[in-house]
Amino acid sequence: MLRIHNLHAGIEGKKILNGIDLEIKAGEVHVIMGPNGSGKSTLSSVLAGRENYEVSEGSVEYLGKDLLSLSPEDRAREGLFLAFQYPVEIPGLSTTNFMKTAVNEIRKYRGLEPLDAVAFLRMMKEKMALVNIDQSLLSRPLNEGFSGGEKKRNEIFQMAMLQPTLAIMDETDSGLDIDAIRIVSDSVNKLRNKDNAVLLVTHYQRLLDYIIPDFVHVMYNGRIVKSGPKELALELEEKGYDFIKHEISLAEEV
Amino acid sequence: MKQYSTASTLHDQIELKNMNTTAYFKEHFDQLQMTSNGSGLHVLRQDAFKAFSTMGIPTTRHEEWKYTRINGLFNKEYQFAVNPLTTSFTTKDMDAFRLPGHGQANELVFINGLFSFSLSVIRSLQLVVLPLEEAAQNEYKNIVSKQLGHSGQYLKDGINALNTAFTSGGAFIHVKKGLLVEHPVYIYHVSDTRGNSIFSQPRSLVHVDENAGLQLVETFITLGQQESFTNQVMEIVVEKGAVLEYYKIQNDAAYSSQVSTTHIRQIGKSNTHSVVISLNGNIVRNNLNIIFDAEHCESHLYGLYCLKNQTHVDNHTVVDNAKPHCFSNELYKGIVDDDACGVFNGKIFVRKDAQKTNAYQSNKNILLAETASINAKPQLEIFADDVKCSHGCTVGSLDEEALFYLRSRGLSKHSARSLLLQAFAIDILENIKLQPIRMYIEQLISKRLEIDNV
Repeated sequence: MLRIHNLHAGIEGKKILNGIDLEIKAGEVHVIMGPNGSGKSTLSSVLAGRENYEVSEGSVEYLGKDLLSLSPEDRAREGLFLAFQYPVEIPGLSTTNFMKTAVNEIRKYRGLEPLDAVAFLRMMKEKMALVNIDQSLLSRPLNEGFSGGEKKRNEIFQMAMLQPTLAIMDETDSGLDIDAIRIVSDSVNKLRNKDNAVLLVTHYQRLLDYIIPDFVHVMYNGRIVKSGPKELALELEEKGYDFIKHEISLAEEV
Repeated sequence: MKQYSTASTLHDQIELKNMNTTAYFKEHFDQLQMTSNGSGLHVLRQDAFKAFSTMGIPTTRHEEWKYTRINGLFNKEYQFAVNPLTTSFTTKDMDAFRLPGHGQANELVFINGLFSFSLSVIRSLQLVVLPLEEAAQNEYKNIVSKQLGHSGQYLKDGINALNTAFTSGGAFIHVKKGLLVEHPVYIYHVSDTRGNSIFSQPRSLVHVDENAGLQLVETFITLGQQESFTNQVMEIVVEKGAVLEYYKIQNDAAYSSQVSTTHIRQIGKSNTHSVVISLNGNIVRNNLNIIFDAEHCESHLYGLYCLKNQTHVDNHTVVDNAKPHCFSNELYKGIVDDDACGVFNGKIFVRKDAQKTNAYQSNKNILLAETASINAKPQLEIFADDVKCSHGCTVGSLDEEALFYLRSRGLSKHSARSLLLQAFAIDILENIKLQPIRMYIEQLISKRLEIDNV
């Protein structure tokens, strides 16, 4: 589904990603972990198409297409979704109104008729129940005055509405208490199926108590320096990132 | 009625050249004074003309006119004060610009600055509408003599004086004590330029008596392809327990200019609510004054200017807290594109005795082009010590992160931009309480912001 090859990227002349290689197949859940400043969020931004990032080398193939040549909206229309680390507050725009526009623009791109009001409301109700979010939150201005947990649940709700093929979740667990993490994780698990994939970006192992990954990757200095099964996350939690740094410095000496 | 048409026929078909000379206006002024002697407005006009002769048309050297250059508008040829009865204008022409909901509204029509009874429709029994000259002589004499010209105390410039000097053919609108006008009042200021360019000076005095209620909508229309310049003054007096909603819609031709003054004086504990929407025009200057001349008055002031091309819109507002315990809240927002220019100047006065004043002001702007500009100036003059006042001003471009957020959900750049601008405007639009007008404005704004109905 997604094949990242030797990806180099940066912002304002500063290099952050130094050759990322990663392959994700349908039905898989991948986790990227790593210390602060290792480039995790840059990777999600580059994949979603944030325009102030420059890609200097490498390629990203998504569903057989050159992802990097697509605009952010076309990436979304092709089924890519980024759950933001810091969802934007937009006074004056309700989530409902926003989602109606989004769903119908995506349908239009795919050659489908727009949903009428009744069908859209039915879909809203269904997804609200799925991710356990209240109607009142969705009628309010988008994320304005929402708590950290409410913002993240709103992201998951949007994800449920747009039914992405590949969901990238950028530190969705940050700022959440244990209950909120459980609710968010439950929703993600409900949305998983054999045809879609999830890329989780996180600092902490605790999210992985609820979402079981197929692969864990450790990022450091803009590269994936170690990959392994879910147990790697536990090892990291136990030993900290220092052991990775140590391994790398040893390897570089050799 | 008779009087007002006599006064106006005098100016009929007079071509103006070099209107920028006091001598030109002097000639016409003398004629006006001669023919309408004894109308009760004689002295008022005389004093105003003297003031005009001294001050002249304001230039950009005048502090209040620093960013808005209107003297150039006087270097053109216009027809001034054409008698409405001699224009080809008919009721049928009104269909082109009547506002939605007009079937349930009182409609007052000014043609080239002169109030036209024959074109107006008055449905509400609570409403008294008279020629200003007549009101100045009958039972409303006291109100007229006390209130007409009050705006001159606040607008010390020749343009306000010029309107007062030529007060003729205006309207007096009275809402009877204790009554709510069940139909809103729509006022159309029409410049019929199908013959010539038009300079007009509509004048009106509105009196909302005790415990009465009025919803007022003003709009400006230029018919024909020639230039129009409207120098309008409306003074509104609001008595104890009265409620006023006031809406001004400016969506006129690119070759129409105006100085539009709305002077609201609250002389008893009362409540006013105004929304000024500016979308189109050449040079547009709005003066909105709220005078709290009684304790416990309240006023809400909203404005939205959504400008493109070369349009220049200047909103000057004054909230004068002359008495204690008053509350005002002001929010003006601007979206400025192309070479357009917005000016916001918001003054709040808190007089020495006006303790416990609450006065808030905010002005927010989005610039959509490098060539678009905003000049914003909040001005607070506070002479009392126990008050709560605040002001704030922002000028910026559209939030890039918000744009990316919407696009990352599949919205095109275009829809994302539209949706964000629409969201920016909404807290002004939702303060239009008159439903047909609100829907109408929302449509205009959507169209301006090119919202796709996907």
